[in-house]
Amino acid sequence: MKSMKKLGFGLLMLLIVAAFLALWIALPWQGIAALAVILVLWMALTRRGRQTWQVTRVGLATVTQRLGSSSVVVVGIAGVVGVLVAMLAMSDGFAETLRSTGNDRTAIVLRGGSQAELNSILDRDSANVVMQAPGVKKDAQGKPIASGELVVVANLPRKGDPNSDSNVPIRGVSDDVWTLRDQVKIVEGRKFRPGLGEIIVGKGAKAQFDGIDVGKTLRLAGQTWTVVGVFESHDALESELWADTQSVASAYRRGSSVQSVTVMLDSPAAFDTFKANLVADPRLKVDVSTTQDYFSKQSEGLTKVLRAVGITVGVIMAIGAIFGALNTMFAAIQARAREIATLRAIGFRGVPVVVSVMLETMMLALLGGLIGAGVVWLVFNGYTTSTLGANFSQVVFRFHVSGELLWTGIKWALAIGFIGGLFPALRAARVPVTTALREL
Amino acid sequence: MKYMHLIWAALFRRKSRTFLTLVSILAAFLLFGMLDATRAAFDSGDSVIGVDRLITTSRYSIIQSLPASLQTRMEAIPGVKSVGYANWFGGIYQDPKNFVLSFAVSDNYLDIYREMELPADQRKAFETTRTGAVVGEALAKRFGWKVGDKIPLQSTIFPQRNGDKTWPFDIVGIYTPAKGAANGTDQQFFFHHKYFEDANAFHSVGTTVGWYVVKLTSADKADSVAKAIDALSANSDHETKTQTEQAFNASFAKQLGDIGLIVSAIMGAVFFTLILLTGNTMAQAVRERTNELAVLKTIGFSSQSVLGMVLAEGVLLLVLGGVLGLAAAGVVVPIVTTMSGGALNLPPIGASTWILGLVLMVVIGALVGALPAIRAMRLNIVDALAGR
Repeated sequence: MKSMKKLGFGLLMLLIVAAFLALWIALPWQGIAALAVILVLWMALTRRGRQTWQVTRVGLATVTQRLGSSSVVVVGIAGVVGVLVAMLAMSDGFAETLRSTGNDRTAIVLRGGSQAELNSILDRDSANVVMQAPGVKKDAQGKPIASGELVVVANLPRKGDPNSDSNVPIRGVSDDVWTLRDQVKIVEGRKFRPGLGEIIVGKGAKAQFDGIDVGKTLRLAGQTWTVVGVFESHDALESELWADTQSVASAYRRGSSVQSVTVMLDSPAAFDTFKANLVADPRLKVDVSTTQDYFSKQSEGLTKVLRAVGITVGVIMAIGAIFGALNTMFAAIQARAREIATLRAIGFRGVPVVVSVMLETMMLALLGGLIGAGVVWLVFNGYTTSTLGANFSQVVFRFHVSGELLWTGIKWALAIGFIGGLFPALRAARVPVTTALREL
Repeated sequence: MKYMHLIWAALFRRKSRTFLTLVSILAAFLLFGMLDATRAAFDSGDSVIGVDRLITTSRYSIIQSLPASLQTRMEAIPGVKSVGYANWFGGIYQDPKNFVLSFAVSDNYLDIYREMELPADQRKAFETTRTGAVVGEALAKRFGWKVGDKIPLQSTIFPQRNGDKTWPFDIVGIYTPAKGAANGTDQQFFFHHKYFEDANAFHSVGTTVGWYVVKLTSADKADSVAKAIDALSANSDHETKTQTEQAFNASFAKQLGDIGLIVSAIMGAVFFTLILLTGNTMAQAVRERTNELAVLKTIGFSSQSVLGMVLAEGVLLLVLGGVLGLAAAGVVVPIVTTMSGGALNLPPIGASTWILGLVLMVVIGALVGALPAIRAMRLNIVDALAGR
C-alpha cells in the first residue's frame, strides 16, 4: 500500500514537471512577468506569503555558509545557458545575415533547377527576355533596372595562414546594382570603373582574407586586378568581391552569358505577374524567386543543423545541471533539516517551506543564467566567422546575441532551477517533524 | 583490489546522491561521445590509405577546369604511377533535398582508389556499360538501390544535349569501403567520364577535366612530384596547385568552419561543470564520513591506504558514469545518423574515442578525489573522533 502511494506520488510529480515545462515553453515574457508580480504581491499581502518571505530570508542568509555547493548550481547552469546561447547566436547570426541580403522588392532569376547561382547559366537572349518582362521597374530613361550577374569562385589565403585556400566569391555586376542593392555603401576608396580591371571588396571578406586591401593587386584567372574600394552592406554580400560583369566574363571566358538576373520590381505585389509571365514563356526554363526567398533558403540547412545541435547539447547538459542542482539542494535542506522542522513545529505550514526552498534554487539558477548569458554576450556578440555557403564559397557572418536569445537562456535557467528545487522542497515539507527533529 | 568492497560500500553509502551524480557524469560523457563522433565526421585527415595520392586542381579556383592534355604530360613525370581524373556532377535524386555526392570519373579511377572494394564481376560490368554507375554501400542503402536498378539522377549544373537535366544511370556495382577508409567513402556515386562528355550540353569531348588524382610510386616522392606537376603549367592561363590528398581534405574541412574549435569549447564547458559538480559531491561525502575514516585509521589502516581509497572512490564514480555514458552514445549515434537521412554521417564510437574517454575519466576522477583524499590522509584521529 505504502509503495503504491509512493509510486502514485512520483507519477504525479512527473506529470506536474511535464505540464510545467510545456506551459513554460509556451509562456511569453508578459506571462512570466505577471507570475512574478503575483508572487511578490502574495508575499507582501497575505499571511502565508509573509511567512514564506521570512523562511526564504533565512535560507538566503545561510547561502554564504554553503558557498561551495551553491556555486555548483550557479556555475552548472551558467555553463548550460552559455553553450545554448552561443550555439543559437551562431545559427541566428547566419540566418539573419542571409535573410537581410534579400528583400521583397527585387527578384532573382536562375536557370531551372539550379538551386544556387554558381550552378546556373542564362544566355544573353534569355537574360534580355527576363529584363523586359512585365513587372520590372524602369528608370527615368525607360530602361529596366536589372543586373545580369556572374558569380565565380577564387582562391584566397585566410588571414594569418598564407598557405590556406578559401573559396571566395567574385561577383560580376552591372551599373544598376547600386540602385538594386541600395544597402551597399562604399566605406573606403571608390567604386570600380568598368573595363579597367578594378575590383572592390566587401568589408567581411577584407577582414577574413589576406591581400585584398585597397591599392593591392591580385591575380585572378591569369589577369591582374587592382583593389580600389571597400564596401559595406551588413549582409552576406560583404563576403564577396565585386567587379563589372563584362570584365569577369572575359577573364573567366563566359562569353555573353550570365548566371543570374536580379531585377527591381514595380512593387512587391508585381512579383506574381513577373513570375507567371516568365514561367509561361516557352523560350525560357527558369526559376524565379524574390531575393528574400532565395537567400533565406540558403541558410535553412545549416541553421537547422546548428539549432538542433545547440538544443541537443543544451538538453543533455541541462539534465546534468538538474541533477547537480538536486544534489546541492538535497544537501542544503539536509543541513537545515532541524531548523525547518522547528519552523514547522511552531506552526509554519508546508507551503511557505516548499516555496522558499524553490525560490532559493530559482534565484541561484537566475544568477547562473545571467552569468552564462552575460559572458556569451560579452565574448560572442558580433564575433565574425565564415563557413561554406550555397555558392561553394565562403559566407562571412557575425554571431548575433539578441535580447530574445538572452531571454531564452534565462528561461532555461529558471526551468532547471524549478525542477532542481521542486523535489528537495517537497522532501523538506514532507519529512515528519518528529523524525526531522530527532536527526543529527 | 582487496579494499574494493570497502570503496564500493563508501560509494553507495547514500544511494540517491550517488545516483544523481552518476546521471550527471553519464550526461557529460554521452555528450563527449557524440561530439567526438561529430569531430571525427569532419576530420578525414589522418587516414593512411591516401598517403600515396596527390590532387591537382586549378590554382585560382575550384570551379575552373583543367585541360585534358595535361594527363599524358603528368604521367611522364618520374615517380607517377598513374593519373586519373574526375568531374563534379552535383547530382540530386528525385528531390532537391536528396543530394548525391556524384562524380564523372576516368576509367582508371577505381584502380587508384583501391579502398573502394568492388567484386570483380561488377567491376567488369561497369567497364562494359556506358551508363553504368558504381555506388557506395551506404548510399545504396539510403535510397534502396540494388544492382540492376535503372535510376534517374538530376544534375544541378549540367543538362544533356537534348536539354533534359535528368540523366539515366544503371547501377552495376555496389562497393564496400575497406577498413580505415575516410569517413563518407561509402556515400559516393561514380560513373564514366566518357558518358558525361558525350551527353553533356556544356562539355565537348576530350577537352577539360575537373581535377586530377595522381597515384605515386611511393609516398615519399610527394613533394618532388607535386612541384614537377605544377611546373608543367606555370605561367600559363591554367596554373595548377598540387597537394597531397590529406592536405586537400584538411583545407576543405577547414572551410566549413573550425569544427574542432567549437567542439573543444563545448567540451571544455561541459567538463568544467562536471569537475565542479562531482568534486563538490566527493568533498561532501568525505566530510560526512570523517568519523568512519578516523575509525579506519584507528584500527590500523595507513594514511596512504586511506588516501588511495578515497582517490579510488572518485575514479570509480567517474568510470562507472563515463562508461555508461559512452555506451549510451554508442546507441544514440547510429540513431542520429539514420534520423538525419544521410545528411549527417557520424562514424560509430571508435577505439580512439573510448581510449580518450577512459583517460579523461581517470584524470577527472583523480582530480575530484584529490582534495578530499588529502584531507582524509591528514586526518588527525583524536580530533576527528572528538568531532572537532
